[in-house]
Amino acid sequence: MSIKLENLNYTYSPGNAYEKHALKNVNLEIPHGQFVGIIGHTGSGKSTLIQHLNGLMKATSGALYYDGKNIYDEGYDMKALRSQVGLVFQYPEHQLFEVDVLTDVCFGPKNQGLSEEECLKRAKEALELVEFPEKYYHQSPFELSGGQKRRAAIAGVLAMKPKVLVLDEPTAGLDPKGRDDILDQIERLHKETGMTVILVSHSMEDIARYVERIIVMNHGEKLFDGMPKEVFAHYKELEQVGLAAPQVTYMMHDLKAQGMDVRTDVTTIEEAADEIMRCFHD
Amino acid sequence: MIRDITIGQYYPAKSSIHRLDPRVKIVCTLLFLISLFVQNSILGYAIATVFLAVVIKVSKVPLKFIVRGLKAIVILLMFTVVMNLFLTKGGEEIFGFWIFHISEQGLRTSVFMAVRLIYLIMGSSLMTFTTTPNSLTDGIESLLHPLNRFHVPVHEVAMMMSIALRFIPILLEETDKIMKAQIARGADLESGNIIQKTKAMVPILVPLFVSAFRRANDLAMAMEARCYCGGEGRTKMKPLIYKNRDYMAYTVTVVYLVLIIGIGRFVPFKLWIF
Amino acid sequence: MEMVQAKELVYEYEKRDDEGNVIGMNRAVDGVDIDVKPGQFVAILGHNGSGKSTLAKHINAILVPTGGTMWVNGVDTKNPDELMHVRQSAGMVFQNPDNQIIGTVVEEDVGFGPENLGVPTDEIWTRVEESLKAVGMLEYRTHSPNKLSGGQKQRVAIAGVIAMEPKCIVLDEPTAMLDPNGRKEVISTVQELRKKKQVTVILITHYMEEVIDADQVYVMDGGHIVMHGTPREIFSQVKELKKYRLDVPQVTMLAEELRNRGLDIPRGILRREELVRYVTELKEKEEKSHVN
Repeated sequence: MSIKLENLNYTYSPGNAYEKHALKNVNLEIPHGQFVGIIGHTGSGKSTLIQHLNGLMKATSGALYYDGKNIYDEGYDMKALRSQVGLVFQYPEHQLFEVDVLTDVCFGPKNQGLSEEECLKRAKEALELVEFPEKYYHQSPFELSGGQKRRAAIAGVLAMKPKVLVLDEPTAGLDPKGRDDILDQIERLHKETGMTVILVSHSMEDIARYVERIIVMNHGEKLFDGMPKEVFAHYKELEQVGLAAPQVTYMMHDLKAQGMDVRTDVTTIEEAADEIMRCFHD
Repeated sequence: MIRDITIGQYYPAKSSIHRLDPRVKIVCTLLFLISLFVQNSILGYAIATVFLAVVIKVSKVPLKFIVRGLKAIVILLMFTVVMNLFLTKGGEEIFGFWIFHISEQGLRTSVFMAVRLIYLIMGSSLMTFTTTPNSLTDGIESLLHPLNRFHVPVHEVAMMMSIALRFIPILLEETDKIMKAQIARGADLESGNIIQKTKAMVPILVPLFVSAFRRANDLAMAMEARCYCGGEGRTKMKPLIYKNRDYMAYTVTVVYLVLIIGIGRFVPFKLWIF
Repeated sequence: MEMVQAKELVYEYEKRDDEGNVIGMNRAVDGVDIDVKPGQFVAILGHNGSGKSTLAKHINAILVPTGGTMWVNGVDTKNPDELMHVRQSAGMVFQNPDNQIIGTVVEEDVGFGPENLGVPTDEIWTRVEESLKAVGMLEYRTHSPNKLSGGQKQRVAIAGVIAMEPKCIVLDEPTAMLDPNGRKEVISTVQELRKKKQVTVILITHYMEEVIDADQVYVMDGGHIVMHGTPREIFSQVKELKKYRLDVPQVTMLAEELRNRGLDIPRGILRREELVRYVTELKEKEEKSHVN
């Protein structure tokens, strides 16, 4: 169930004044079960990239292999791909439309041609996965709080039982607790179901805390690709492209500059605390 | 296809036509349209052609751009030509075959109608090419101002028009996003018969309406917060004031109109046709 | 005189069922007292639905209290004759950058407020130019707002408020929909304005990093003010903040973690430099005690 991109290019309105090379020769392989973070400033091509993963956008050139098959081959079943690779857009609650939450979550499975019974079963499973309170199942999605709406919308994609879950800024606009809740939820989901999770985020702190691998996009190109430690070691280059490392990474660099013997490849609060305490104990 | 329709677009350039007061452009465009309908002679069309050509030249809008706008009316144009060609009777028959008969009169009418339609579109799209939607709205508001006396809410209508202009691109983008999101949830928007296709629009239209209402609500609040309370007591950042060039444009257009009407009245019939 | 003052402010609205019958009252704001002095930078924190936006809308008289009183620049907002005066003294910037720009050209949008106030044409132009300069958007004056980034749109919205020459600006989660660069852009623009124009700023947010420079911070929950103090006082109470669904800056959190593990670091650290200083001082002390 791996995803592999080979020399993927995408150009907006080719041959016209508005031409824009949004993806340039992107090569990438994401094995099944990985928790990947994608970062990049607005307009870096990360949204374009994720919309290629489920075939919503078609590359101008290059190949995209899902599970070993090129999705641009003739006769490839795009609809099947879309239920395998679930894409949760930014502010996904803006796509809710049904009279109640449960029916809305059924929309995906219904489009997959499943029986009503099966749809309901899957919808309930999905809502349970995101810990959506059962007492709101029959409420209008428009009357929920921001956090609950977002859960319902994510459940709407999960109900299709995707093998890969792609989330574009799932925490945008939520309050701090809401942000942590959603991200913890996604982490649990990743652990429990073993699905691949691709998380697009602007928050370096969040990315550092949850993902095992970071892909940095800049001007349509893949700039860095590696473990959080490796990527954030390039904090100076990241700053040049309008990004940054987590605050604690800077903190460690500052301490080192002050003569303390600390490692600087630290990306989370726990690691930083461990590292600082180590200096005091020996 | 939609991209090909250039009618109603603005073509940014720095020309004397672009600089004209929007009221002048609206009124002169109307006068030009009238001029197309008050005469029906080759000489008249020749004058109209010269007038249009000069204005296009001065406006610095490429002819190619204006012609592209005609694509939208090709079908209407062909329909008009064919109908006039075969259905108008009178004069000598030039061509006859089975039930198809083309008369001299028919040929004349259809050609003139086609030219009329083409000039009509070219003239009015030239106005939108050279006027920003905003100043167009300002112009309409100012021209319709006298209607206020009859309790027509001219300012409010103009305000609605300019807000609509601002939000059309935003809502288009939003539609695109919602469509993609529903396709990602397996929605099928393309196949099926009309009823199925209409049904498939529900998951797109409902969120779109919800979003439009949310935006309208936000916008109303933002306007109120900035002390908006209707047209009364408002001043204008860009008030419309006629300049010399505007009076000149009026004069030129009126002279043109008088000329074209004069031809219909006073030039002998023979010269009408040839 | 206070710039903004609320006394026992209450805002209630009717709760309706599906048929539109009133089934009860909801209190979005419940007995709130706030005092904002001229020139201050005041932050209001609170989770979604805590009542902070409802409170903010009172400062601009979009909402009028159902109980208690709100004074803006000494004027009771309940007085309908003073409505325009209140709205002019306390300008408001909202969350969604797209839904508060009215003009189809940047400069025309900035001119919208002064037009409504009946400012003469020549003065509108000077005000527009000055306001756009103040937010660093002058070069975009003839652009369409649709082509701007989120941060730039918010700066235009701020310029639109500045052009009305308010004494106070209320920003209702102006950065919630922006990326980190846009957030920085907006916050530094606001800081700059405070310096240049001595304008009072009330910032409603749930990004903790944005409030560390505030003169005072109010925390809201369930329509009440539950915490009030300087940023240092507020961020010293990590557990309390978490209870109200809020957070602390990452540096504050790290300091707290180190404290919990036994390092002698004071509560309420706000900046990286502070924490670096405390940690290195402790380390030096430790080394000295080893030598002795």
